[in-house]
Amino acid sequence: MIQHNRLNNELTFIQKVKNLDFILLLCLIILSIVSVLVMYSTDGGQVLYHTKSHFIKLLTFFSLMILISFFNIRLWHITSYFIYFIILLLLIWVSVYGIKVSGSQRWINLYFIVLQPSELMKIAIILCLAKYYHRLKVDNINSFSSIFVALIIIVIPIMLVVSQPDLGTSILIASSGLIILWLAGVRMKYFFISFVSFLISLPFIISFLKPYQKLRILTFLDPDRDPLGAGYQIIQSKIAIGSGGLNGKGFLKGTQSYLEFLPEKHTDFVFTLFSEEFGFVGSIFLLLIYSIIIIRIIRIGAISRSDFSKLFCFGFAFAIFIYIIVNLCMVLGLLPIVGSPLPIMSYGGSSMMATMIGFGIVLSAKINHKQLIA
Amino acid sequence: MIKDSSGIRKTDIINRRMFIIGAAKLIIFSGIVARLFSLQINDNKKYLTLSDKNRIREWKLPPIRGNIVDYFGNIIAGNLKVYQLHIIPEQVENFNYILSRLKTLLELTDKKITKILKSKKQKKPWESIIVSENLSWEQFLKINNYLYDLVGVKPVMTISRNYPFSDIYTHVLGYVSQPNENDILQNKIIQERFVTGMKVGKLGLEKRLENYLIGTNDIQRYEVNAYGKRINQLEHQKGKQGSKIRLTLDTEIQKLSAKLLASKAGSISVMDIYTGEILAMYSSPSYDPNLFLFGISNDNWELIRNNPLKPLINKTLSGLYSPGSTIKPIVALSALENNIIGPNFKVKCTGKTELYGQTFHCWKEKGHGVMSLKNAMKQSCDTYFYEIARILGVDKLKITAEKFGLGKKVLGEYYENEKHGLFPNTVWKKNNLGKGWVLGETLITGIGQGYIQTTPLQLCLMTAQIANGGYKISPKIIVNNKPLNFLKAKKNMELKSSIEPNLQLIKDKKNLKIVQKAMFSSTNEIRGTSYRSRIDDPKYQFAGKTGTAQVKRISKRERELDLKLEQIPYKDRDHALYVAYGPYINPRYALSIIVEHGGSGSKAAAPIAKELFKLIIDRDAMREKQSNFEEIDI
Repeated sequence: MIQHNRLNNELTFIQKVKNLDFILLLCLIILSIVSVLVMYSTDGGQVLYHTKSHFIKLLTFFSLMILISFFNIRLWHITSYFIYFIILLLLIWVSVYGIKVSGSQRWINLYFIVLQPSELMKIAIILCLAKYYHRLKVDNINSFSSIFVALIIIVIPIMLVVSQPDLGTSILIASSGLIILWLAGVRMKYFFISFVSFLISLPFIISFLKPYQKLRILTFLDPDRDPLGAGYQIIQSKIAIGSGGLNGKGFLKGTQSYLEFLPEKHTDFVFTLFSEEFGFVGSIFLLLIYSIIIIRIIRIGAISRSDFSKLFCFGFAFAIFIYIIVNLCMVLGLLPIVGSPLPIMSYGGSSMMATMIGFGIVLSAKINHKQLIA
Repeated sequence: MIKDSSGIRKTDIINRRMFIIGAAKLIIFSGIVARLFSLQINDNKKYLTLSDKNRIREWKLPPIRGNIVDYFGNIIAGNLKVYQLHIIPEQVENFNYILSRLKTLLELTDKKITKILKSKKQKKPWESIIVSENLSWEQFLKINNYLYDLVGVKPVMTISRNYPFSDIYTHVLGYVSQPNENDILQNKIIQERFVTGMKVGKLGLEKRLENYLIGTNDIQRYEVNAYGKRINQLEHQKGKQGSKIRLTLDTEIQKLSAKLLASKAGSISVMDIYTGEILAMYSSPSYDPNLFLFGISNDNWELIRNNPLKPLINKTLSGLYSPGSTIKPIVALSALENNIIGPNFKVKCTGKTELYGQTFHCWKEKGHGVMSLKNAMKQSCDTYFYEIARILGVDKLKITAEKFGLGKKVLGEYYENEKHGLFPNTVWKKNNLGKGWVLGETLITGIGQGYIQTTPLQLCLMTAQIANGGYKISPKIIVNNKPLNFLKAKKNMELKSSIEPNLQLIKDKKNLKIVQKAMFSSTNEIRGTSYRSRIDDPKYQFAGKTGTAQVKRISKRERELDLKLEQIPYKDRDHALYVAYGPYINPRYALSIIVEHGGSGSKAAAPIAKELFKLIIDRDAMREKQSNFEEIDI
């Protein structure tokens, strides 16, 4: 017991540094470098706004990540609910005072940064539910009331995000939340039943969708329906990726992107540009880096002693995985276009901030993996 | 620190569930890899093509038309560098300022300004707007002086059709202008090579030979962005200039023809009697084809259209005239060939002939007295020809006339506006007018009046075939094989006709000799109708026949009045005609001249022949020498 306390509470700075996951950090650094190069390419081979801004954000949030990792995991455990409520308040704030850009009200202007609280909610929901299930007794996990509370925790932010409207992010929040329920041991039967009832109610859900959202689904099913309008993005993205071939067209030589055929190449379609310029080989390399990152996070979860750390790490690993998959499926024409960024690669402050905070907590779990939480 | 059994169990659950998720992740990742593989490796070619289709766009430039040259290689339809003025709206700061500056500099009309503003709206900002298609040198200098002030304005050099001899070749060449819908629809090649700013043939040889002249486009391949803006040039594929076409025409003779017919309506044709090459073919008045290149102005067009001398009609090919007395050599030849008369046949002319109560007048009121064939031709005695036409009959006459090319197109395929003309006979009248032939009509046909209609070029061909010894030749305007000197050409012609008897137009050479001698006397002996226009030097000496074609029936009163030319209204005056060939010994060239409403052939047409023959014969040696040139296949 005494030994434990010494270990857990009095880690020196050197010990903390030694405890960092260097493979994970290396992967993150490689990814950051690649993302800056890609930004440089989207700027047409010049250091312009996007490159500079992305680089500054990377530096800032990378530092933030390290800072977070040096705090004891217990701090994050204690403040989980608080963080969740703060961000919930921000979401409410957005729905009232948010900035409207092309029909969606998603952002608040904090003067030093334009913040998208829904992105932060993707992490906060994991934190919140991880704490919730950490504290719940095994016998109560499948009780009606506990599942009900968990669903409330998930549904409230989703309602707020859907109303912005932002379908993509709400799906990501939902899947991040639900995965914690799954990991915590909620009966598979329930998942199965809700999945079936979801399928049944799908037509009703679709009838509630906004016209542009319906159009996206129709376009996804048949991109050639309106090749210059709604289907344009999917078609151009597929052309860009397909024309990349095995080795790609070469750095700064992606014609689809630098001749502006590719929409939103900084953000959601950043992988398309990368894949056009670096080809199949480059894409596989990128997937490999992402896979290593996910595996490292899972490993940290696996060696963590506390259920909170485990739940958070596994949940976060899954969230990262889902972000990647949704984004890739979208640009590869396997899913309808739902705005969802590729972690770290995509331009965008809030998304990167959320991701880096997530990594910070994961690293904090790594540093304090022997820590038990009451 | 709680360390109950359920806590351990919870950790187990979490780990187990994690394992299931991990497996799912692996499967999904493999799916992504498979999708990437299928797009990037399997369908790479397809998407590469699509990506190239996206980014590469071709711009065709107007093809450069082939030159048309005269027999001596002088360019008569060529290409000229012209300076155009373009505005690129994207580069202009204040469009209205630039426009008002240009308006004063180039003296643009308000109409033009609105046109520019309209095209600015239709085009993308980086596409250039043509302000002026053809800047004069002064305008070009002016613009260059102020160019520092005109940001976004660009003088551009392009190539345009040019007719250096202005109006003297218009009816031969036609002209080019911007194609209309029909031009594009009717010609596949134009359709293929069409670019805005390109000009196509609208008339004449420019139209007929379009497919040879047109040339192929320069093609520029550019990389464009998603908005169609050119980013950089990938390739410039040079086109081929259209074929060069060489005509048989001689610019000097053409020029002289234009000069001789200045301010008159009429036509001159000159032909090589052995090869059929046309040396000159001029219809007066003419107009400047250069006016049409950039769209003719309304004023100019009205001026041309309303000219009473009708410059738009190619009189050489489309003008239909009664041949008048120029038909007499054929009437005489036909009578001789059909053995109706002998060389010594004589008729007494009293000034008029009565037939079934109708009076047919000779031009000489007092009569010529007893006339032989030679004298009748020399003095153009109408009574003599009434008589032999009467005996011969119009049907036999027509056979001879048709052999010599009357009533048929001469150049046929080259000019769509060429007319057949008409040589009547009894069957024709029955079929077309539904009435029987009247003998009186035979009489007036014998002096080239009545239904008969000929084009100037037909008369020229007729004369050429009389001059060359009665051999059929095929007239041509384009040089398409190696030219022969005249001895070879003559031999060739004779050789060909010995194989193909169709090419021999007459049975007995002696008959033709009689007619030729008669034509000689008409020009070179006292009392001959064109005696005053003769040239005594045997080098230039020519034989011919005058003609005076009435354009309306002369009333008895008018006949008695015997009005001077100036006293008759212009449109009632007779057409003056003259056909001739020369030199008389070893003839080489034939010509026909028509001066509309010029009065008598001897006064208005024959003197023109005198001037022409001097030049034609002088240039003969040069023409003979001209045989080294590249062959052109048409």
